[in-house]
Amino acid sequence: MAQEYKGKPVFKGIALGPVTVLKKQDVQVKREKAGDPESEIKKVEEAVETSKEQLQHLYEKALSEVGEASAAIFEVHQMMLEDEDYQDAIRNMIRTERVSASYAVAVTGDNFAEMFAAMDDDYMQARAADVKDISNRLVENLNGNSIGMEAGEEASIIVADDLTPSETVQLDKEKILGFVTVHGSSNSHTAILARMMNIPAMIGTEMDLDKLENGMTAVLDAFAGTFITEPTEEQCAAAKEKMQEEEEKEALLQKYKGKETCTKNGKKVHLYANIGNVGDIPSVLENDAEGVGLFRSEFLYLGREDFPTEEEQFRAYRQVLQTMAGKKVIIRTLDIGADKQVDYFGLGEEENPAMGYRAIRICLKQPEIFKTQLRALLRAAVYGNLSVMYPMITSEEEVAKIQKIVKEVENELTKKGVPYQIPEQGIMIETPAAVMVSDELAQMVDFFSIGTNDLTQYTMAIDRQNAKLDDFYNAHHKAIIRMIRMVTENAHKHGKWVGICGELGADLELTDTFMEIGVDELSVAPSMVLKLRKQICEYEGYMLD
Amino acid sequence: MKEFMYTVKDEQGIHARPAGMLAKEAKKYESKITIYKDEKSAEVTRLMALMALGIKCGQEVRVTAEGPDEEAAADGIKAFLEANL
Repeated sequence: MAQEYKGKPVFKGIALGPVTVLKKQDVQVKREKAGDPESEIKKVEEAVETSKEQLQHLYEKALSEVGEASAAIFEVHQMMLEDEDYQDAIRNMIRTERVSASYAVAVTGDNFAEMFAAMDDDYMQARAADVKDISNRLVENLNGNSIGMEAGEEASIIVADDLTPSETVQLDKEKILGFVTVHGSSNSHTAILARMMNIPAMIGTEMDLDKLENGMTAVLDAFAGTFITEPTEEQCAAAKEKMQEEEEKEALLQKYKGKETCTKNGKKVHLYANIGNVGDIPSVLENDAEGVGLFRSEFLYLGREDFPTEEEQFRAYRQVLQTMAGKKVIIRTLDIGADKQVDYFGLGEEENPAMGYRAIRICLKQPEIFKTQLRALLRAAVYGNLSVMYPMITSEEEVAKIQKIVKEVENELTKKGVPYQIPEQGIMIETPAAVMVSDELAQMVDFFSIGTNDLTQYTMAIDRQNAKLDDFYNAHHKAIIRMIRMVTENAHKHGKWVGICGELGADLELTDTFMEIGVDELSVAPSMVLKLRKQICEYEGYMLD
Repeated sequence: MKEFMYTVKDEQGIHARPAGMLAKEAKKYESKITIYKDEKSAEVTRLMALMALGIKCGQEVRVTAEGPDEEAAADGIKAFLEANL
């Protein structure tokens, strides 16, 4: 039966395969009396020499496989073995208590390990494992046992209580799919080596090793922090799918990260990401988006009791701009309506919120809300490459009103002597009305960003939330494609650029069409950026005369 | 006896590897070299005791050298600390 365990991932990745349980041949050394202390001491000295040779061998193996920094630990192990206090303690115990060499080593090892474990420093606490590691090695050598645990013939997920550095390095890299341990810390060598070897690893996994058997199938998901033994077919399939996604992502990253987004016929396209929160920025950078094409500012207004202050907004925008370090950030002003429950707006219920009092309509009716946001935006613009766009535009009059309000805000800031900058300003094209007057609108603004979700819903008169209408809905309807073409032509006629920030922008089936139309920018979910870049870079287009 | 003060600059403090190197360095001299942190001390040649002091970045330690080559030892250890820690 499938059994799921949770743990702390130390290197992300997914593994699916048989389990190899490495149970410690518990170094339970019995207290034995020994005859001649000096001959026991001689045995220790020999075991130290053998151990040092083994460690030198491990050092060389680690050096070639994982590099100098990680191999250094085996040099330290050699020095620890030679430590005078450690050796004195062993000798002393053999002489005074007349015990066997292996018992004296085991007890001394435990004592020194405890000393490190008791230190108030994570790094030093983790060194307790090193002391145990060398002591176990000495004991095994004293007993004439072979050292190390062999992984099976087949590549497998290594499961253990804890792994010492030497155990980790000794394992054949080709045969490790992942590591799962009950103990260990993020500072442990297992964690460090797993990172070096690019192997998914998870520590602190609460499981009973006695319940696991070698060869059992398991899934290690070191993204989610789960380890599932005897997974169901669905769980296996999900893991395989996730692995494949990761592989594809990795391949894309290798090939397209840092590359310019440019079609084969030489058209450069700006490839940006859509985000709704400051916390999404790492994924924007990780997926190599060239900027943020749609930053929904609603997060500042949702989940609170009152309007966010100018200062709060200013700090949030500035943080985004600074983090993006000069890359384009397009922030969309407030796009809230009766469908989003924000009590303090006092919007009340509406029959048809999608066509109701929302977005720019609220901003124009209640200019104080709008002005607060504009002041914050203009002030933040000083800190990076900001563009602002206004949602739900239907007419030139609305744009004119916005421009008037922006002018008022600008005058206020000038009067107060507050530093600000006028950002590039554009509008969302998401109503059929805006499409039809895009020729005129293009003369008033710096750019267009087509919001295909709303545009499709308004054009086709289909509520996307209504499942009954699925049969009537066609995301690729000719009407939408023609509108995009019309908007693009009108923008270009007046030297303005056009982007798409709706879901259609990430639709790989339409990418070639958008390139042919001449769309200048696409803003999509961060995870889609590299897939799109590939598609765009492979677009041949028509030969230009 | 020679002695000097030193403030650790390495971000990780005197961690395993430099401690090992330091112990090795100290063995070159005949003098007894001791490192003091607050009320605790360790002979520099004794790696585990040295690590157990748990000396962190920014902490100041006192180092003493006593023996026939104490001058050279103090200078040598000081130079080593400056170069590595």
